Amino acid sequence: MPAPEASSPMTETARYTRLSGLEPLVLTPDLLFVNVGERTNVTGSAQFRKLIKENRYDEAIDVARQQVENGAQIIDINMDEGLIDSEAAMTRFVNLISSEPDIARVPFMIDSSKWSVIEAGLRCLQGKGIVNSISLKEGEELFLEHARQVQQYGAAAVVMAFDEQGQADTCARKVEICSRAFELLTRELDFLPEDIIFDPNIFAIATGIEEHNNYAVDFIEATRELKRRFPHSHISGGVSNVSFSFRGNDTVREAIHSVFLFHAIAAGMDMGIVNAGALAIYDDLDPALRERVEDVVLNRRADATERLLEIADNFRKKKGEAVTETLAWRDKPVRQRLSHALVHGIDQYVLEDTEEARLQATRPLEVIEGPLMDGMNVVGDLFGAGKMFLPQVVKSARVMKKAVAHLIPFIEEEKARTGEVSKSNGKIVMATVKGDVHDIGKNIVGVVLRCNNFEVIDLGVMVPTQKILDTAREEGADIIGLSGLITPSLEEMSQVAREMQRQEFSIPLLIGGATTSRAHTALKIEPHYKAPTVWVKDASRAVGVAQSLISKELVDDFIAKIRREYAEVRERHRDRGPGKQLVSLTKARAQRFDGGWSDYRPPAPAKPGVTVFADYDLAELRTYIDWSPFFNAWELAGRFPDILDDEIVGTQARELYEDAKRMLDRLIAERWLQARGVIGFWPAAGVGDDIEVYTDESARHATPMAVLHCLRQQAEKPADRPDFCLADFVAPKDSGVADWVGAFAVTAGIGIEAHVARFEAEHDDYAAIMLKALADRLAEAFAERMHERVRKEFWGYQPNETLDNEALIAEGYSGIRPAPGYPACPEHTEKGTLFELLDATNNAGIELTEGYAMYPAAAVSGWYFAHPQSQYFVVGRLSREQVEDYAKRKGWTRAEAERWLATNLDYDPD
Amino acid sequence: MNTLPWLHPERVALLEKALDQRILILDGGMGTMLQTHSLGETDFRGQRFVDGHDQHHHGHNHDHPGGCDLKGNNDLLTLTRPEIIRGVHEAYLEAGADLIETNTFNATRISQADYRLEHLAQELNREGARLARAACAAMEARTPDRPRFVIGVLGPTSRTASLSPDVNDPGFRNVDFTELVTNYTESASGLLDGGADLIMVETIFDTLNAKAALYALSELFRQRGHRVPVMISGTITDRSGRTLSGQTAEAFWYSVRHARPLSVGLNCALGAADLRPHLQTLARVAECHVSTHPNAGLPNAFGEYDETPAQMAEVIGSFARDGLLNLVGGCCGTTPAHIRAIAEAVQGFPPRALPGLATEAA
Repeated sequence: MPAPEASSPMTETARYTRLSGLEPLVLTPDLLFVNVGERTNVTGSAQFRKLIKENRYDEAIDVARQQVENGAQIIDINMDEGLIDSEAAMTRFVNLISSEPDIARVPFMIDSSKWSVIEAGLRCLQGKGIVNSISLKEGEELFLEHARQVQQYGAAAVVMAFDEQGQADTCARKVEICSRAFELLTRELDFLPEDIIFDPNIFAIATGIEEHNNYAVDFIEATRELKRRFPHSHISGGVSNVSFSFRGNDTVREAIHSVFLFHAIAAGMDMGIVNAGALAIYDDLDPALRERVEDVVLNRRADATERLLEIADNFRKKKGEAVTETLAWRDKPVRQRLSHALVHGIDQYVLEDTEEARLQATRPLEVIEGPLMDGMNVVGDLFGAGKMFLPQVVKSARVMKKAVAHLIPFIEEEKARTGEVSKSNGKIVMATVKGDVHDIGKNIVGVVLRCNNFEVIDLGVMVPTQKILDTAREEGADIIGLSGLITPSLEEMSQVAREMQRQEFSIPLLIGGATTSRAHTALKIEPHYKAPTVWVKDASRAVGVAQSLISKELVDDFIAKIRREYAEVRERHRDRGPGKQLVSLTKARAQRFDGGWSDYRPPAPAKPGVTVFADYDLAELRTYIDWSPFFNAWELAGRFPDILDDEIVGTQARELYEDAKRMLDRLIAERWLQARGVIGFWPAAGVGDDIEVYTDESARHATPMAVLHCLRQQAEKPADRPDFCLADFVAPKDSGVADWVGAFAVTAGIGIEAHVARFEAEHDDYAAIMLKALADRLAEAFAERMHERVRKEFWGYQPNETLDNEALIAEGYSGIRPAPGYPACPEHTEKGTLFELLDATNNAGIELTEGYAMYPAAAVSGWYFAHPQSQYFVVGRLSREQVEDYAKRKGWTRAEAERWLATNLDYDPD
Repeated sequence: MNTLPWLHPERVALLEKALDQRILILDGGMGTMLQTHSLGETDFRGQRFVDGHDQHHHGHNHDHPGGCDLKGNNDLLTLTRPEIIRGVHEAYLEAGADLIETNTFNATRISQADYRLEHLAQELNREGARLARAACAAMEARTPDRPRFVIGVLGPTSRTASLSPDVNDPGFRNVDFTELVTNYTESASGLLDGGADLIMVETIFDTLNAKAALYALSELFRQRGHRVPVMISGTITDRSGRTLSGQTAEAFWYSVRHARPLSVGLNCALGAADLRPHLQTLARVAECHVSTHPNAGLPNAFGEYDETPAQMAEVIGSFARDGLLNLVGGCCGTTPAHIRAIAEAVQGFPPRALPGLATEAA
């Protein structure tokens, strides 16, 4: 029989306490002592009590977080306070911290003297926690009933040394009660011994009352005996109690805790409720203080308390000893300072450090090739290992760029003197293809490549094929990288590939951008170019791919692997066969969406014609921002606002979010950007798959001033589900029902160029990319806000709508605003009609490129439909029949239609 | 609760004997099989729900004149098209399944509320178990030396008790433990009444929901004075290696281990290959049997599952070879052909040996 994976059953499933939050916590002997955070306890912390009483849960959550950050392996939660609804507070707080991955990773200890509060906590606990506590205080029956419930909820339990007679104070009583509890639990309920945690009661010492002097010793001796009798169980206690009489003198209290724990742990105490951030190290204690504390804890002399009191005041902490952010790294040698600055993205000292390094070096280039590249290699490694995230890398790059900028004059001077040239990893020419203006992703890739010592020649946006190829030749580029966002760019990239083949290029071609994909690259680009063609999923892959292509050792294997992969993609695509069969255009049209025109009266727009918004208030738009795509632009995966607390990227996301908010504050206050928009509504009627648009109400029978050409789904669907076409959402001409259509074009990017240029001149790619990403978000927010106002005011069919931003993002509204180039109307040239209707270039300052991309890039345009059942849909694949029909309607040749609809074709064009 | 007698002691003895001897085979996906029938609204409604609501039940308020759309309520087919469900069970038994899962994944009050059929929760479970039990009995009559078992399925419900549906209020919950316990008690009692041999709490996205199900089971067993073996199967939702509610596989096991189940395992969401490291973790730390029923790979761009029977069987065969498995089957996208291939692939390998039971060591 093959050996099972378990290395040794006895170690892996041995009798250890196995707790869990989001992550496991197995109490193995090598943990020695488990810290249970005590600060989230209203009876023990006045600060926490105040927060809960005043409903300041956000801050209460921070208390829990600090505990975990300071090393608490479990956190104790107690809400026992007369003026608090303890059940409700327990439920709310546990639910809240369960949503914080950096807190919820540890198990929780539900602490209350009321069983109902304990149950409230247990009902919110997905992990295995600990109940604190159950006891024999009210007799065996209730004790066992509670213990059974603890088992059923799946928790461990603290068993307090408390019985029908009261709380145990002597060693003998502690041992006796705990032993009796253990016997009952294991005999009556088969309670696991490792799920029993004894709390033999820690009481205050040095109180001045003689009977109290031996309390610590009683606890320690009871611990020793209990551990001997029940080796699988644990011993815990509330440590702060022991020093209660020294309230106000934290130094002495911490010393008492430290000494107490030192001896109790030696005796077998293996868990304790402590202030995890404030544990002194036994060996670090002042020797004089330690000796007197030890006398008290171990009850070694009758005058121990007085002797401790004598010196206690000398150790009272002075005010204002708060820890400040450490600048210790500034004392290190310059090489390490540069590395530190790069890894942490601190540009404050980079010029002076670079200068110092330059003066030490024999040649300025050594600074780049030495300390700076070493630092960037660390950054690259951390990024590659997923320990650093994109925004940090871009900040690191900013530091690097500033350092390099400082060195360049010296290098040039030296070059002029010696005639030498520097060497980089490789040279890459990058461009956003003709007709497309989107460059955020491309710029990020550029930054990351530069960080890795590639020389990047960025040709910008809307770059014609020949310019890309000429530059690559002139510069002796090693690689060409193409980027694009809109769907026509896909076709453009495949043109570039064809052209590279024709002009006998042999350098690798990289493909990237949001609409690109491995499948598209394998099917539509790679077959046209004989040299390596590689799709790059995102910036984090760019360096790996570029290095593999440049490296003599790696390139062959890498290319072979990519070729194999792409061949497989093509194979699968072929094997997929015709896939889902499309239905004929006639059948699809017969199954059109029925707007119920006999019963539905379309609302007339409150403000027909064109309305212009010359300078829209950015502060208003700010509240409409959908943040999730912003984080995605920076390659931080997750949904806002959860992403801020994400276990992996949360810290980065928060930092990025703070930076974004700061820039938003400034760009609004200092009016860096201008938002302009235009909307319009016109009488309209559906005619087949077209929509006729008329100048005004009286012209309904005249020649339309424009015709919108729409595309229809051709999916095989059951009879009750329509094959949609946008034209279906407008009343058909022959119904005689008067209907309308609307359009909009908005931008938030007017004036952005100057600021981007300013940041780039400052070598601050981080700010440049940030600004573009924010302008994009504001434009989207503008579209969202405008649509809301259209529904409520300008078309006015939903005057009483009340939706919050979340509901808007979730498209919880009535009516739609599909954008040409997107799935419901994928053909981009319709944007031309839209722009003419709105005169968007004059009215909103937005231009259309020859590829029908909008400039400024931070712009959104689309149609408005008000029909209550109108919905977003994906047109999907189109048959040759529909493409021919569409070409006829547009006055195009079929080849023209096939070019604009390339990504939707269900067939290979001739 | 672990000292309660078994409800069907002789069947548990047969099951334990079989588990000692070989890797047992679970069935595969239900949804995939139903899709091949291209069922429409009328199939789902049948006679009893012809108007979109239950003719046998007068509690329904008729404020939806056309009734509710019932298409997609696969569990309802147990009542309206039982021959189809029975056919799926039979196909999997023919393919070599030792244990088949009832068609009750969504048969809880909470999930049926989407169709305004809350009142059916108990009936769907009872009839679902009955249907599966009859299919097993017919198969056992043909091959008397090989017992077949009905796993009563308790699904995750459409809500999560430890995640907030409201991004503005992470403390908010749209379902709580107590409500889930009530739901699961009702569904589980239906499953027991219908003749389920075991109960499996499966596709666990949120461990707190599962803990409510386990709590309900222990209470139900205690009330009835009998128990059946319990299987637990969690879901690692993506390559982060966590459940939807954020737990690692090991943390998940420690959270449910108190139920002392017959088996713990993983199903759904990922394909077999991606499940491997997490299954290894469970195989290492769990004292009980280990199960898995993965999807046929990750869904492709069209939401379909591409992994062929041969591909899936190869990966699962390697699990068996490495001693990771006691029970294995399939989830979304798997078919009788997958199950047959998996059964063949694991045939030659002994089941995973249970680690020395630490519970006896103390």
